[in-house]
Amino acid sequence: MARYVLARLFSAIPTLFLVVLLSFMLVHAAPGGPFDEERVLTDAVRQNIERYYKLDEPLPTQFVSYLGGVLQGDFGPSYRYRDYTVSELIAGRFPVSMQIGALAILIGIAVGVGIGTVAALRQDTLLDRVVMGVAMTGISVPVFVFAPILVLAFAVKLHWLPAGWSGAHGVSRMLLPVLSLALPQIAYIARLTRASMIDVLKSGYIRTARAQGLGTYAIIRYHALKPAMLPVVSYLGPAIAGVLTGSVVVEQIFGIPGLGSTFVTGALNRDYTLVLGVVIFYAALIIALNLLVDVLYGVIDPRVRLR
Amino acid sequence: MSAAVRVLRRAAGIPSVKVSGGILAAIALLAIALPWVSPNAYLDINFDRVLHAPGFAGMHLFGTDDLGRDLFVRTMMGIRVTLLVAVIASIVSLVIGVLYGAVAGYVGGRVDAVMMRIVDALYAVPFIFFVILLMVVFERNFLLIFVAIGAINWLDMARIVRGQTLSLKEREFVEAARLNGVSTVRIILRHIAPNLFGVVIVYVTLTIPQAILVESFLSFLGLGIQEPETSLGALVNNGVKHMETAPWVLLIPGGLLALILLCFNFLGDGLRDLFDARQSR
Repeated sequence: MARYVLARLFSAIPTLFLVVLLSFMLVHAAPGGPFDEERVLTDAVRQNIERYYKLDEPLPTQFVSYLGGVLQGDFGPSYRYRDYTVSELIAGRFPVSMQIGALAILIGIAVGVGIGTVAALRQDTLLDRVVMGVAMTGISVPVFVFAPILVLAFAVKLHWLPAGWSGAHGVSRMLLPVLSLALPQIAYIARLTRASMIDVLKSGYIRTARAQGLGTYAIIRYHALKPAMLPVVSYLGPAIAGVLTGSVVVEQIFGIPGLGSTFVTGALNRDYTLVLGVVIFYAALIIALNLLVDVLYGVIDPRVRLR
Repeated sequence: MSAAVRVLRRAAGIPSVKVSGGILAAIALLAIALPWVSPNAYLDINFDRVLHAPGFAGMHLFGTDDLGRDLFVRTMMGIRVTLLVAVIASIVSLVIGVLYGAVAGYVGGRVDAVMMRIVDALYAVPFIFFVILLMVVFERNFLLIFVAIGAINWLDMARIVRGQTLSLKEREFVEAARLNGVSTVRIILRHIAPNLFGVVIVYVTLTIPQAILVESFLSFLGLGIQEPETSLGALVNNGVKHMETAPWVLLIPGGLLALILLCFNFLGDGLRDLFDARQSR
């Protein structure tokens, strides 16, 4: 097990290196410099700025020093947020995103598995059809359509919940963003659970359990749920990536000062170092969480030998 | 080609495929035809009719936007752009995926192992953020959107094609070609690739909605299609700004985008079932 984790960590190194290299090259292949749009600078000022951001050195040297910085958690200074380093921006903004994202995933699993199980138990009834139709719709409606509709309904028309982030508090401001992010996950996990639960319920040991007179609840709780959850666990990797992507638009729509909205603002402002830093950070995060999910899979399913 | 025709004919017999395919075809045809018929041009700005509600007055069936442009025509143009981007991006991913998968599967051995390890590694990369980076670096250009979206969607295609190729290359006609001294490149292009058509067409219907989603996501963020051109994502973005006074500006393009995605998902689902049934037989 420890060996497996170590091996996976090692195999992540080339992937991450590739991510850093590719995104670094991309940013530096950009036509024009990051300071081109502002007022014309005198040569002396320009040289000073370029020295400060180390843009006067040859590209390979720049890359090596950038890579050295990244390894120590230093993504350099932001081009647009004065007095902030990219690392400070990430450290300051990520916790909010993480809170919302983690809640969305937890709700997605809990509600999705519940709905999927009920649909599987009532397979091919009207209830099942309706639930699965709704789930298909949930997968198809993009977050950036669904979230504004929620705002329109619950904030603008009904005034039940706040439309934005600042000025509101606690649960009330979390509710709509978390729901927007969770909905596609609920829908997807419900479909996955239904399919695998139907499979599991057909297996021999479930029939044995039934023959022994066990009730439906006990069968699901003690025998069927764990194996039926396996596809859900392996879906967690893509789910995390999906929630991260979704957080970019959701934070934008609700005005949440998280990493996603910072990333988009950085992208629109051409804040190269910030965008570069966030891409690398997200890549590292996704790779790490994927590893975690694979280990979790091995813990749940002892048939999978982690080597 | 006859393999493709057979797949399509069987697919047309599935109810969900029939309905969703029909709706999609209707939407596409209307989006292509109606802008020519409408009395309004999609770039006409008119400040006397800002944010009008949908109605028959002036034939603004979907109302007007914040610049007084006719939303019906703009929505149709948006559908055109969205579908065009999606189809071209899918073709890009198809070409990359089929070639990559076919080479890996046919050549096999160490080459295959390395190529598939690269695919595994790329799966871990958050591509959408790369695409955003790409859009930031190289201005927002139309062509780049196609390429970028296509370039992120080829991984699944490569895996599936590789699997198919592994079984195809053991077949007699490939062996016969090899015995006749046909070159590897020619075998892949002339003997393997055409036989992949059935699988590929199924998986293209699954990549199209993904491409639509990426394009509208980028356009929503203001990083995709730029004004005055439009796409469904860009229209939704504009709709969000005015939804409190004019909800139709958001709901109509948003609803159509959702409907198109829903149809593609049903279509893909139906086709995949068909394909899985064929596989298991």
